Amino acid sequence: MSVSAAPLVKARRRIPIGAAIGLFFTGLFLSTAIFAPLIAPHPLGEIVGDVWMPMSAKFPLGTDNLGRDLLSRMIYGTRTTIFIAAVATALSFTLGSILGFTAAVVGGWFDMTMSRCVDLLMSIPTLIFALVVLSVLPSNLVTLILLMGTLDSTRVYRLSRAVAADINAMDFVEAAKLRGEGRAWIIFREILPNALSPLVSELGLRFIFAVLFLSALSFLGLGVQPPQADWGGMVKDNKDGIVFGISAALMPAAVIGALAISVNLVADWILNRTTDLKGGRGNG
Amino acid sequence: MSPIVRLIVQRIALGVLLLFLVSILIFAGTQILPGDVAQAILGQQATPEALANLRAELGLNDPAYFRYFRWLGGVLTGDLGTSLTTGQEVTATLLPRLWNTLFLSFWAAIVAVPLAIVLGLISARYRNGWVDKLISGLALTSTSLPEFFVGYLLIYLCAVKLQWFSSISTVYDGMPFLDRMKAIALPATVLTLVVLAHMMRMTRAAILNVMQSAYIETAELKGLRPIEIIRRHAFPNAIAPVINVVMLNLAYLIVGVVVIEVIFVYPGMGQYLVDHVSKRDVPVVQAVGLIFAAVYIGLNIVADIAAIVANPRLRHPK
Amino acid sequence: MADTLLDIRNLRIEATVYPPGEPPRTATIVDDVSLTLEKGRVLGLIGESGAGKSTIGLSPMGYGRGGVRITGGEVILNGRNILQQSKNGIRKLRGREVCYVAQSAAAAFNPAQRLMDQVVESSLKHGVANRAEAEKRAIALFKKLSLPNPENIGRRYPHQVSGGQLQRVMTVMALCPEPDLIIFDEPTTALDVTTQIDVLAAIKDAIRDTGVAALYITHDLAVVTQVADDIMVLRHGKMVEKGTTFEIIKQPKQPYTQALVSVHHIEHEEKQPTPKPILSVKKVTAAYGNGIIKVLKDVTVDIHPSQTLAVVGESGSGKSTLARAITGLLPPQQGEIIFEGRKLSSRLADRSKDDLRQLQMIYQMADVAMNPRHTVGTIIGRPLTFYFGLRGAERDKRVKELLEEIEMGAGFIHRYPAELSGGQKQRVCIARALAAKPKLIICDEVTSALDPLVANGILKLLLNLQKMEQVAYLFITHDLATVKSIADSIAVMYRGELVRYGSKSQVLTPPFDDYTDLLLSSVPEMEIGWLETAIAGRKMASAGN
Repeated sequence: MSVSAAPLVKARRRIPIGAAIGLFFTGLFLSTAIFAPLIAPHPLGEIVGDVWMPMSAKFPLGTDNLGRDLLSRMIYGTRTTIFIAAVATALSFTLGSILGFTAAVVGGWFDMTMSRCVDLLMSIPTLIFALVVLSVLPSNLVTLILLMGTLDSTRVYRLSRAVAADINAMDFVEAAKLRGEGRAWIIFREILPNALSPLVSELGLRFIFAVLFLSALSFLGLGVQPPQADWGGMVKDNKDGIVFGISAALMPAAVIGALAISVNLVADWILNRTTDLKGGRGNG
Repeated sequence: MSPIVRLIVQRIALGVLLLFLVSILIFAGTQILPGDVAQAILGQQATPEALANLRAELGLNDPAYFRYFRWLGGVLTGDLGTSLTTGQEVTATLLPRLWNTLFLSFWAAIVAVPLAIVLGLISARYRNGWVDKLISGLALTSTSLPEFFVGYLLIYLCAVKLQWFSSISTVYDGMPFLDRMKAIALPATVLTLVVLAHMMRMTRAAILNVMQSAYIETAELKGLRPIEIIRRHAFPNAIAPVINVVMLNLAYLIVGVVVIEVIFVYPGMGQYLVDHVSKRDVPVVQAVGLIFAAVYIGLNIVADIAAIVANPRLRHPK
Repeated sequence: MADTLLDIRNLRIEATVYPPGEPPRTATIVDDVSLTLEKGRVLGLIGESGAGKSTIGLSPMGYGRGGVRITGGEVILNGRNILQQSKNGIRKLRGREVCYVAQSAAAAFNPAQRLMDQVVESSLKHGVANRAEAEKRAIALFKKLSLPNPENIGRRYPHQVSGGQLQRVMTVMALCPEPDLIIFDEPTTALDVTTQIDVLAAIKDAIRDTGVAALYITHDLAVVTQVADDIMVLRHGKMVEKGTTFEIIKQPKQPYTQALVSVHHIEHEEKQPTPKPILSVKKVTAAYGNGIIKVLKDVTVDIHPSQTLAVVGESGSGKSTLARAITGLLPPQQGEIIFEGRKLSSRLADRSKDDLRQLQMIYQMADVAMNPRHTVGTIIGRPLTFYFGLRGAERDKRVKELLEEIEMGAGFIHRYPAELSGGQKQRVCIARALAAKPKLIICDEVTSALDPLVANGILKLLLNLQKMEQVAYLFITHDLATVKSIADSIAVMYRGELVRYGSKSQVLTPPFDDYTDLLLSSVPEMEIGWLETAIAGRKMASAGN
């Protein structure tokens, strides 16, 4: 079957235009987050002018509902949003992938218990569950990160367990088990190198989800609390201006979209250039 | 037919069990976590006596399982408790709001489902062509944009600049149908956009998956035209995965509805929930959370049953 | 030549391929192939994987899989050049003048439609017959192909009939619109050997009785010998040789064809059992699914030092389960495994490192038996480090020695599995097993995914290594020809039970039990007329009962 087996792998040397744009903007957002205090023209909470001033040379994006510089707040917001989303994603990935891999390799009661618990957690919509919990817990940084990380780790668990279970069923893993290799070798040397690409691409998607989720919570008034600035909270602060034709609320909202699109483009590209497990050259 | 019936019954029983466990989880989430409801209501400055009184009033001194079963018993008899902040019966306040939310979701679904399937079909038919690329580009964009961006953009354009609609979607009892439709036009549009992209992408994938089967090649080698292949061979096998996709995304819709109701100040369940979360009104939060979870689980059950019914191996056992 | 049905001239077919880490390039799949087929004749296309035989076979239907394109030559069917037809023109002849029988009927039928609807679809589409006529013809064909319950089988769904039956229904589907030409693409390859013979006989009868012409594509020369009038041998997309079946089988001119014809001739002298077996399986019973599905029932066999025990059986015979029970992957419910006089723990986790070292395994699919992210050096070197603590230069030296032993050479040490051919991959797996210096290697269908000549090379290598390294083999296979060439003793298995066991000469000498007889008489031989003799013998046997 020479023909059907041919195109399995698309290895591209050059970065496609979409991914290049995505990489550029992702990089831009990251450096903004890191160097926020250096870039921002005004301090975070300083009232510098009137309420909802239009765009001008002095205030490139105008001022907000309290007369603070919108651009400066957005720059600081980049930092808050990306920091919380990144830490939550890191938590969900560490938790989800370690448990998922272990469940796939160990199997038995551990797998059963973990998988049923995850099924249960996933049978409540994430946002609803978060709202239920936030009705009791204080909405501070630690709560938010723990909550988002835990809830999102269920998805990472499912993916990494599925990927690892696929690889675990392959003959080369069985060969390693027959050789007498320990669990550490099997997970880190046999399974992990083959599971990396789908997981890295998933990392991007989970990060986007965290950004959107955090923004939604803050928009509902249950996420990042003042005086901290984050994008979702800024939309909430300025939303009343919309009816007067003031677009201040749209700016942070648009930036959330821009970050999500950029990361999406990068994740898509990583997924596409992923070589398949058999490494190509047909399979027969 | 018996194995099918057995599987369906099993699936429904599993759903009921899941809902029971979810109710425990929701209850535990609001009661056992290291926050105290009484403290939350009265704030940090409350006197110990006031706290003790409130705890007694709320029955917080009873053991947790006891309170859980009291609550569950109420839920099963239609009594969702009393709001801590307004003192009103939750059930009475909630029902009209539930109806409003279902009304909004229903019309969003009516538009989104056929549109998503048609776009998915077009994408699959012209795979990798410019139409497909355009559609998936738009889908990527719309999954990346937060609901409130789309929502406020529409308000900004259609309500403020063009003045076609009101920026607030007020509905009330006895409102004429057409007025009601006009009131939900904007939120329904946003809701449609929110689920459309996912649904379309997954429909496309489901159809492409079927189109790559060997029996599609067989049909092609019989000299059938593409439209005949789709109608006779691809479609019957794609129904189950597509129904599955639709149901899963309708479940997604009920999450989107929360934020959208807040944007448009629409008097539905979502807004009700958000309001009472910030007021730490636990009975309301529990009730609304449980109802959302029940709808979500219900839609998942329907998706699974559709897959079971559409499987020829189960419909025609050996 | 008034009777010429199909005339392919200087056909050239190309495809775009995507090698890992390189830019896409154009590869030639079929290069300058010409053939003619007269009405009512059967031409066999034979070759290894990658020979381009399926691609050639599909060209009269104007169809290419996976983006292949015809870039040169002519394909003339019934006087018309296919390559100049419009899409509509091609659709008119597909399913009318040319029909196709695929390798896997199970995948080629629409699971949501009854068989009859699919069988008569082409006839109705092309207006060959109305529904009643078409169904009548289909039922007649069901009878001709000896399908059970021909009146009603059409009402069933694909998953409700067996693989062998489905393959026959697919043949009926191709015959129903009375085409001029049928393409058979490996129609019996996916079947068990005892099922294959019946399907083969049915196909042959149907071709003869309806007078349809056929292109019969296969990698198995013995099979094609039974059905084809002429044979064309292909390799790497080029024609090697063509002639009548007699010429190809008896007087092959090209060295490649000669090698194919003589592929099963391996010199091996049967060794006698020793008093002390290296491994004994004693009354082993094993089951899956919490002991419910018994797949191995009370099996007892011995393996002698530096000898080969071949375990033969069809799918579902339990032969691979036996391997899993011996290795400890599936602890037996009852019975024991004795290795060098000691009882082995039934569970893998309880065995000592040295026990594990003594018992190595080689798999059917070398592709998935090696971690694609490890180099050949790591794959072979890991057991050296793990069992003997070899590292660095010492380890590399030993890996290179092993690469020499498997006739590949030290240069492969830094390659990845994706850069190796199928045969090379299997050799690396053999080296990995040898690296542990085992006393016994379990070979699970190690040659069945390989082309015949490559498989032959692997068998010869295994026999050589047995002499050099004094290693015993437990050789699991469905292929009796392989068994005859390498075994010292044979165990025949059927549905989890041992039906015949002994030295090779004992097992292969009559009188036979029924199943062994059936198995032995089902293996196609490279003799013209073998099929008729075998079928006649079988009818006599059943009449005798």
